[in-house]
Amino acid sequence: MDSLTIIAVASIVIAGLTTGFGTMGPALAEGRAVATALTALAQQPDASATITRTLFVGLAMIESTAIYCFVVSMILIFANPFWNLAIAHAAGK
Amino acid sequence: MDLSPDQTIFWQYGVIKLNATIVFTWGLMFVLAVGSKLITRKLSTELTRSRWQNLLEIVVTGIVQQIEEVGLRDPRTYLGFLGTLFLFVAAAALATVIPGYEPPTGSLSTTTALALCVLVAVPAFGIADQGLGGYLKSYMEPTFMMLPFNIISEVSRTLALAVRLFGNMMSGAMIIAILLTITPFLFPILMTALGLLTGMVQAYIFSILAAVYIAAATRTRKPRLTSTPAPGT
Repeated sequence: MDSLTIIAVASIVIAGLTTGFGTMGPALAEGRAVATALTALAQQPDASATITRTLFVGLAMIESTAIYCFVVSMILIFANPFWNLAIAHAAGK
Repeated sequence: MDLSPDQTIFWQYGVIKLNATIVFTWGLMFVLAVGSKLITRKLSTELTRSRWQNLLEIVVTGIVQQIEEVGLRDPRTYLGFLGTLFLFVAAAALATVIPGYEPPTGSLSTTTALALCVLVAVPAFGIADQGLGGYLKSYMEPTFMMLPFNIISEVSRTLALAVRLFGNMMSGAMIIAILLTITPFLFPILMTALGLLTGMVQAYIFSILAAVYIAAATRTRKPRLTSTPAPGT
């Protein structure tokens, strides 16, 4: 396999694996966060504003790790510098 | 398929490029500034007031209340900065309903600029509140071994702010673009609605995180003495 094929195969496979594995951890963590928040809401309904706001802030922090994985996948597929470099080499030859 | 509005260029002169990010940012600035100016031309304190004034008052008092709940003692001093952050990011997300519009926060340049504003504002508010020595001493809390970690956390917080907002906005726009090419019209509309929701949540998250960072920089170690003298002296 020439280098162009290797770059393409590696980028595609790793992009898929990045999003696949990268969203498992945050999903589990967010599930636990929401479950604990619901328990707290059931115990103290009058603190619901604080609990809801803290829940959303926490969810956004957890979500950002999944967003990092998504951004890496998008870069690998759409803005891959190695692919662009290899294409420039192959076109220049 | 372009990853961000940076690649749609309207006009170019040498190295100066007028791309979609800048044009849409100018549009948002124009709408927000001119709209607010028009609404606040004739403010009334009577019982009857125009609907737009009501709307602005709801927004402003809501933001002030949120800033106070985070723990900042004098919300009006921080209202300009934090309110502008929230209104800009929220307006950038809401305007997605206009066809042909791409949110400028879907470009890493805009979100990095906003995160850099927060990076500069946190020490600025901290020094204004505690003085230069007091603020620099806070980097040594709880022990001076934490100094490199505190500095690293400042930088990584800024990076996280920028990438979080960029990733959320870009993923929303990209999913809509991809779905428009392969599915009937219902699914892109649902994804646009979801994108609106996440846009508003991300606007709220961005400004609340900025408020929390400012609160962490301006909290005082010792209780602030009031200027009223003790009775009897």
